[in-house]
Amino acid sequence: MPNSPTKSEISGGPRTRRVKGLRCRECGAEYQLQAIHFCQACFGPLDVAYDYEVIRQVISRERIQRGPASMWRYRDLLPIEDEAPIITLGEGFTPLVKADRLGALLGLKNLYLKNDSMNPTNSFKDRVVSVAVSWARVHGYETIGCASTGNLANSVAAYAARAGLECYVFVPDDTEEGKLIATGVFEPNVVAVRGNYDDVNRLCSQLIDEQDWAFCNINVRPYYAEGSKTLTFETAEQLGWELPDEIIIPIASGCQFVRHRRAIQELVDLGLVDKPDRLPRLTGAQAAGCAPVYNAWREGTEQITPVRPQTIARSIAIGNPSDGPYVIRIARETGGVVEAVTEEEIVDGMRLLARTEGIFTETAGGVTIGTLAKLARAGRWSGEEVVVAYITGHGLKTPEVVPLGGERRVEIEPTMRAFREKVSV
Amino acid sequence: MAVFRIPGPLRSLSGGESTVTVEAQDLRTAIDELDSRFPGFKGRLLDDEGQPRQFVNLFLNEEDVRQGQGLSSPVGEKDEIAIVPAVAGGGLRR
Repeated sequence: MPNSPTKSEISGGPRTRRVKGLRCRECGAEYQLQAIHFCQACFGPLDVAYDYEVIRQVISRERIQRGPASMWRYRDLLPIEDEAPIITLGEGFTPLVKADRLGALLGLKNLYLKNDSMNPTNSFKDRVVSVAVSWARVHGYETIGCASTGNLANSVAAYAARAGLECYVFVPDDTEEGKLIATGVFEPNVVAVRGNYDDVNRLCSQLIDEQDWAFCNINVRPYYAEGSKTLTFETAEQLGWELPDEIIIPIASGCQFVRHRRAIQELVDLGLVDKPDRLPRLTGAQAAGCAPVYNAWREGTEQITPVRPQTIARSIAIGNPSDGPYVIRIARETGGVVEAVTEEEIVDGMRLLARTEGIFTETAGGVTIGTLAKLARAGRWSGEEVVVAYITGHGLKTPEVVPLGGERRVEIEPTMRAFREKVSV
Repeated sequence: MAVFRIPGPLRSLSGGESTVTVEAQDLRTAIDELDSRFPGFKGRLLDDEGQPRQFVNLFLNEEDVRQGQGLSSPVGEKDEIAIVPAVAGGGLRR
């Protein structure tokens, strides 16, 4: 461990604190705040434990609305204490767009899109990375890293630059060029691993024993994951402090899916939203080419059988999804489902969203919209429900999957005659 | 002789050692051997049914044993067995 300031050094003296420590999701064992992601007794995942009584005393809708126009308006529910500096690029508080044209096509009168491609590095990863890098910096780490399918590397590299930290990003060697360019400009050390994401992840899981680095999505994962909650906090706030009836969420590791369930509980328990008659249904979206969670869902089991990913939706192509069992449990508990879409449906979803709502999303967003469309056409909704789809990344990250210039492109000489002859108006 | 790679937080069980050498025919007996030298490992790695816990991955020479022969996987000279905690969950029971 690097030389970390103690709690009292950070705060300038003892005080009531909202972040109590880490707790094992499986056996309940408790740990002090440190860079560790698994329980030493049972290997279960560790979550941040808060003192909700402390939070309850300060939090309110008004306090949140007075906060910054970023996800940090929810700082009371994030694991970075108030006095610690944060590393921010203005992430979060992204638009919640009412999608009337897409909704009309799908028979949904109250369809919303949470457009998280509007984040600083154009994916929702900025939420989790801002928390992870802030935590690492406060705790004395000088180097941060991550295992990534591309978007996370992009974000970690940017926030490392912002924080002035050394940075190592590990990616599969076939990561899309667009993501690598957008990452490389921040001058991190890029380690291209000959293998898929699961191979990269395993390597990094072993490296944490050798390097005093904060790996955002490994040993710092309990803190990192908390940033995901802000997507759902903001959605409720933007809906006028109401929860939607259903949320469609793309599934990679399942990490953010689990956090959205936690976010809903926190909103309800702290009285930030009125207690709903029923919890929002949380529905997961996967690409059929990498659908281990969907496979388990269909088979009626929580046991995930790893798969070897083969899909254009590489940013969510995790064959051995760490939170898969929890996704299934939560989908079932809330009345959601897990669905998967083909490669063709992914591209159709991207183009449908662009055509109807003017939003260009990456392949993962195509999975989300493809799943939304598939479920709508299968008659899942009556039409009155408030349904929100999380659009988690920008289309320019994966431009190669859509036709260059679109299908309606024509090329003409610079003459009026050519225009009249070739362009149908 | 095969070598176990012990993750940092479990080195309290192995007296601080990052690697432990064992002699065994298969993964199950390798874990028995590890546990006999450093008691406590078996209970950490295996559940009540004697199968790898849901949240721990065992890799034999870079291959996830769950995708192979599980605890029956033969273990030979110079093989490396890595104990890798799943990142926030993961794993599966067979």
